[in-house]
Amino acid sequence: MDLNASLYLVRPEVILSFSALALLLVSAWRAECGRLVSILAVATLAGAGAYVAHFLCNDTDAMAFYGLFSNDSFANLSKILIYIAAAIALMIAPRFLEKAGAMRAEYPVLILLSCIGMGIMVSATDLVTLYIGLELQSLSAYVLASFARYDGRSAEAGLKYFVLGGLASGILLFGMSLLYGFAGSTSFAAISAAIGGDAGLGLVFGIVFVLSGLAFKISAAPFHMWTPDVYEGAPTPVTAFFASAPKVAAIALTMRVAVEAFGSQIAVWQQIIIAVALMSIIIGAVGAIGQQNLKRLLAYSSINNVGFILIGLAAGTEQGIAAMFVYLAIYVAMTLGSFIILMQLKDRDGAYREGMSDIAGLSKTRPALAAMLAIFMFSLAGIPPLFGFWGKLVVFQAAVAANLLPLAVIGIAASVIGAFYYLKVVKVMYFDDPADVIFAGDDKTLTWTGAALALANSPVGYLSIPVLGLLSAQAARTLF
Amino acid sequence: MNAGSIPILSIMLAVPTLAAIACLFARAEMARIIALTATLFNLLLGVWLWLSYDPAGAQWQFVENAELFGPIGWKLGIDGISLTLIMLSVFLMPICIGASWHAIDKRVGEYMAAFLLMETLMIGVFAAQDLLLFYIFFEAGLIPMYLIIGIWGGADRIYASYKFFLYTLLGSVVMLIAMLWMIQQAGTADIPTLLNTDFAPEAQKWLWLAFFASFAVKMPMWPVHTWLPDAHVQAPTAGSVILAGVLLKMGGYGFLRFSLPMFPEASADFIPLVFGLSMVAVVYTSLVALVQNDMKKLIAYSSVAHMAIVTVGLFTFNQQGIEGAIIVMLSHGLVSGALFLCVGVIYDRLHTREISRYGGLSINMPKYALLFMLFTMASVGLPGTSGFVGEFLSLAGAYKVSTWATLIATTGIILGAGYMLYLYRRIAFGEQVNADAAAMRDMDGREMWLLAPIAAAVLWMGVYPETFLAPIRRDVANIVDRIERAAPAGDTKLKDQDPTTAKYRVGGHEEKAAEGSH
Repeated sequence: MDLNASLYLVRPEVILSFSALALLLVSAWRAECGRLVSILAVATLAGAGAYVAHFLCNDTDAMAFYGLFSNDSFANLSKILIYIAAAIALMIAPRFLEKAGAMRAEYPVLILLSCIGMGIMVSATDLVTLYIGLELQSLSAYVLASFARYDGRSAEAGLKYFVLGGLASGILLFGMSLLYGFAGSTSFAAISAAIGGDAGLGLVFGIVFVLSGLAFKISAAPFHMWTPDVYEGAPTPVTAFFASAPKVAAIALTMRVAVEAFGSQIAVWQQIIIAVALMSIIIGAVGAIGQQNLKRLLAYSSINNVGFILIGLAAGTEQGIAAMFVYLAIYVAMTLGSFIILMQLKDRDGAYREGMSDIAGLSKTRPALAAMLAIFMFSLAGIPPLFGFWGKLVVFQAAVAANLLPLAVIGIAASVIGAFYYLKVVKVMYFDDPADVIFAGDDKTLTWTGAALALANSPVGYLSIPVLGLLSAQAARTLF
Repeated sequence: MNAGSIPILSIMLAVPTLAAIACLFARAEMARIIALTATLFNLLLGVWLWLSYDPAGAQWQFVENAELFGPIGWKLGIDGISLTLIMLSVFLMPICIGASWHAIDKRVGEYMAAFLLMETLMIGVFAAQDLLLFYIFFEAGLIPMYLIIGIWGGADRIYASYKFFLYTLLGSVVMLIAMLWMIQQAGTADIPTLLNTDFAPEAQKWLWLAFFASFAVKMPMWPVHTWLPDAHVQAPTAGSVILAGVLLKMGGYGFLRFSLPMFPEASADFIPLVFGLSMVAVVYTSLVALVQNDMKKLIAYSSVAHMAIVTVGLFTFNQQGIEGAIIVMLSHGLVSGALFLCVGVIYDRLHTREISRYGGLSINMPKYALLFMLFTMASVGLPGTSGFVGEFLSLAGAYKVSTWATLIATTGIILGAGYMLYLYRRIAFGEQVNADAAAMRDMDGREMWLLAPIAAAVLWMGVYPETFLAPIRRDVANIVDRIERAAPAGDTKLKDQDPTTAKYRVGGHEEKAAEGSH
């Protein structure tokens, strides 16, 4: 394979890399051009996304750089989701960060760098590529978490994220070294071929360590502790970004590692994934109940949702992987929407509020905002007819098809616990007396993106099921 | 009139949905008018549906099928059982809107929107022919009802709304897993196909239990009925009407549509469970109703007792019992709805539900006392009212299966007479001890218009039940055919073929008609 063919296959990453570097230069000369750079970054994402869409439509399935990087529908569908989430995170940020005094041109550049890392993650077919992508994404994320650097909470979030993330990377690397030791290769295909048959203790250790490192990245229990703190401390647009794009990337990465690298040892990792999924669902649901801060609540909600997504992986089938994609797409819409509503909660002085008591009686003072947040909450809870229900349905369908009935029953029963705190948000907004704290926001971007995402989560979203099903099935097929 | 070419069911779903969206943006007065117009229009469509329905035609009529949502088919269609329940829904809706005309004065647009959405979802539940579509409609009803109880409810509304939501949700989610398993096994979510799919008896047990968890909560059966009194007491009048009138029927409809025909063997195996719970419910909730001081709570408990007679009737595995159960459902929908309206009428005047705050209302409110008397009698099951027909048929059917269950279930009628007449005596008769209650004016025109149609329907059903039995007879016969292979032997000493006793058997001709149809 010659270099040109490889470069063609990584063109989205090439575009993003050059643009990121160029925009970094622009921002070095002109410090106060955050908005312009943001717009250019969104345009770059659109350009790269066009290439990805092109690959996706042609169902491209090719390896670049001697089997280190795969351009297939699985990666491309993940990239589409990542780019959309990143673009929304770019669009909603400027006004918020300006208010916090932290709108600098580095923000869009870091998001772009992070996107490159995520693109590499989802395309990685080798442990080394995987690690490079993961670290590129993580290092950008650490900086983003502490982006409002004069805010103590933001700095704390960045530090916590960095220390714990470093620990997780270490665990992951340790697992990878064990795997390399037993398999004699870092390529997923070679690992899968080498580790077939009876799994020895050392190999099981390797698998457990790799999965633990990845569980940290997707904030699955019991490696979820950093999530509420980082989500609460980071500036809200950054939190929205954390909850969407990197989650898609890390979950897609987990899918690929589990299926392509450990595909011959499904029995070993299946129990781990089942345990992690159930723990995430239950810890995410129970942990959220007492939360008074909406960002923390959404952090627990994301832990909870990751648990449901992992049920698809636990099934270990093509149907399960396809279901995870459907869920991920809906999850991105739900979670971004929720954060966008959160960013519109400003009080009389224009300061952002995120307490549960601040939204009391919101349905009387800001009915549209309250209705949208209610849609997102019911959707996250998976109550039909909202679109979140469909995500839950497909993962449970995959679990039932894989004969994991106890997992399905426990998981869905635990979703009722989760429904409790989503209902609580609705209750505070609709049943309580107005706290009269929140006043009208004036950010049109937020209003419109929020409304669009709410519409996607309403029953109208069901119209997208055929397309979503087709794409996710196509993506899942490339893994098997 | 040719309703075959027009997607009339989709239109009936679309009208309230669109009206609901319009109500959200309308001012109070406008929202009321929009809601009333939309529900009346849907009632007209319902009448048209009723008139165009051919009881001798295909089993599923007005069938629609659109591949809009991928695996979830937009499949609609009704048989006679669905038809009667849809009629009940569209009949009660304008009455609910009318009942809220003055009683609701805050956030009217949202209130009307919630009710219109409820109407869409209720019709959807009864018309859905796709398992997933059914589940979506079935579950979605939780959201508007949660808001109705929570926003416009009484003092303890938040507790009641949570309890309602979480109780019913927990019941239903397990059913979802069972549905997914069935779809997996049968390869289709099409309800008419699933009705003729035989699942292995071992699997049936689990599936039956999963469905039972959902429908028993919805029904509600003892001991999972405790959400109902709370929800009823706290809900606004119209909310109680719709809850008692239609939402509870979803449980019975579920048993009839899913549990019985899809899992006949398991249903037969679980008869002792169903009968046992129903017997306890009849006696226990009747006794509880007897000591209530709160009017709404009393009627709520009476609902549980009546629904227990429905479950007994449904699980008799014979034509009479099941027909009777359906008639009890319809009758209870009308009567308990009317009783909640009656409570609403005096609640609007005095703002208390405490029975002892009233008394002697027959003196100053004669029209009210008359209608209240009629519905009390219908609830008791007086011959000539709808209550009698249904209870008689279902208990007669039950007698063929279990003498003891029938004996105990029948005490419900006596106890029912006890608590209803006691309620009526305390409210309408006796001394006028409370001056403010004695000063209440009689019902006005609006209130008469709400109750009179129900009174007419109750009498009609009592005097000439054939109108309501005709559309369901063939569909019940289909179900009986389907489950016959698992039918329990029964403890009756009478031989079915014995010519000497033939003339004493009740409803014998119906069974012959059923036999003739296949």
